[in-house]
Amino acid sequence: MPETVIVTQNLVKRYQNFVAVDGIDFEVAAGESFGLLGPNGAGKSTTMRMIGAVSTRTSGDLSVLGLDPDRYGPEIRAQLGVVPQENNLDLELKVRENLLVYGRYFGLPRARVARRADELLEFAQLEDKATAKVDDLSGGMKRRLTIARALINDPRLLLLDEPTTGLDPQARHILWDRLFRLKEQGTTLLLTTHYMDEAEQLCDRLVVIDQGRIMAEGSPAELIRRYSSREVLEVRFGSTQNAEAAGRLHGYGERIDVLPDRILVYSTSGEKELERMTAAGLRPITSLVRRSSLEDVFLRLTGRNLIE
Amino acid sequence: MTGSIGSLYSGNARSVMARGWRATRSTNSLVVLSGVVEPIFYLLSMGLGLGTLIGPVQTSGGASVSYAAFIAPALLAVAAMNGAIYDSTWNVFFKMQFAKLYEGMLATSLGPLDVALGEISLALLRGLLYASGFMLVMQILGLNLTWWALLALPAVLLIAFGFASVGMAVTSYLKTFQQMDWINFMLLPMFLFSATFYPLSVYPQGIQYLIQALPLWHGVELVRGLTTGQVDPGMLWHVLYYAVMIAVGLVLTTRRLRALLLD
Repeated sequence: MPETVIVTQNLVKRYQNFVAVDGIDFEVAAGESFGLLGPNGAGKSTTMRMIGAVSTRTSGDLSVLGLDPDRYGPEIRAQLGVVPQENNLDLELKVRENLLVYGRYFGLPRARVARRADELLEFAQLEDKATAKVDDLSGGMKRRLTIARALINDPRLLLLDEPTTGLDPQARHILWDRLFRLKEQGTTLLLTTHYMDEAEQLCDRLVVIDQGRIMAEGSPAELIRRYSSREVLEVRFGSTQNAEAAGRLHGYGERIDVLPDRILVYSTSGEKELERMTAAGLRPITSLVRRSSLEDVFLRLTGRNLIE
Repeated sequence: MTGSIGSLYSGNARSVMARGWRATRSTNSLVVLSGVVEPIFYLLSMGLGLGTLIGPVQTSGGASVSYAAFIAPALLAVAAMNGAIYDSTWNVFFKMQFAKLYEGMLATSLGPLDVALGEISLALLRGLLYASGFMLVMQILGLNLTWWALLALPAVLLIAFGFASVGMAVTSYLKTFQQMDWINFMLLPMFLFSATFYPLSVYPQGIQYLIQALPLWHGVELVRGLTTGQVDPGMLWHVLYYAVMIAVGLVLTTRRLRALLLD
């Protein structure tokens, strides 16, 4: 039985006039990579802040590394690595200095911090940038430096709040590769994201959160099995014929979803549905069969309305 | 809100100071230099220039000293105030509102008191630097009239500590640049009217009480007493005034940083 790193029981965070986190329960085991998935404002970051021992809970129970964050904040923070949603690198310091100074905040010996800083610059592929100004780094480099900084104290648990939001595809893939390496080395990761591909890439297990509550929990594959189908057929008939075509598609697949510009047919075989459609005389302008993804799960669980 | 002193302070304020020292070295050295030079310009222009037209002035201790020797200790106190205020207001405001620097610090083992003490200590160090440079110039010009003047250095540190502590507390409540301007708006008249350039006795009684309630007057009197050798036990009131400023400022700053960043 592996050690449990995070336990939340009926965790609640209430601000003056709204409830950000409304009674959530989950457990994260050592070495696991766990995701909090949800739309903006779902309560992911608030949950992260409580686990990071920088926000006190309103009620419920929370244990991080076996300790209560309300009582042992500094002891817990000493063993955490935190990658906040917005980079808060020290712009008045150079790249390597950012690591040195941050390590000293933990009270770690100078020599150990210096050694670790060089290892992490290599890990973050920033060796050439050691004496560069932070402002001169690209978005992806800044993000990697923030992650390197979070690792300076050899944390037992790494908290990543939307690690790749705003990065271009190349930068995201480099970052995923680095995070995957950490996972392989046994670091426990807790990350929030609203990118489904990111959750599928990185998370062993995840919870989908909406409006402060957990909507579903499981591995990416489990969730897709439970809340979606194996494949999805996307067909377009043009915006004027969309509604009429949708009317004739009842009974297709396990379920259909009518969007303004296209229709999604959830099925074990997208090709078969398409053949059936053509046989019935329906001629979509474009069609696409794809594997079902967490995105389908997510949209099914949290709805398609824009939540701001 | 729960939590003991343990969660406020991890005994590592020096790492915050070390960070500030590095940052100053690489980006702010020009600001530091201007802080040293500015009061020296005042002293040369007003003390030596204007002073030739004025002649000797009576201190509150009853001594008659040259005009330059009269305003030099006041300018020293003002330099300490300005250095401390710059570090604890504009610098702190920027770090809180834009750089999110403290947010990063408080995600580590550091507590809010480490951050407050570290930042204020750095402001003190800068105050000490300004003051030492200025006192050297005073010595060269023969404006340190007795050996008591040596005590002016710790006195200046006390003044800087008081202003840095209160300055940081006030800044932690401010949200916009306009509000930051109020600080300058209050400092300028205090600089001009706190018996800096002429004795307090020129004012009617009512105004004298008002000036005596303000912090800078206490600093000016304390330093002037030491550099002109007019030392008396009543000066301990000035020390007490600053001790209270320091304590109130530290309590407010720590409480505020905690409320803002560890909600």
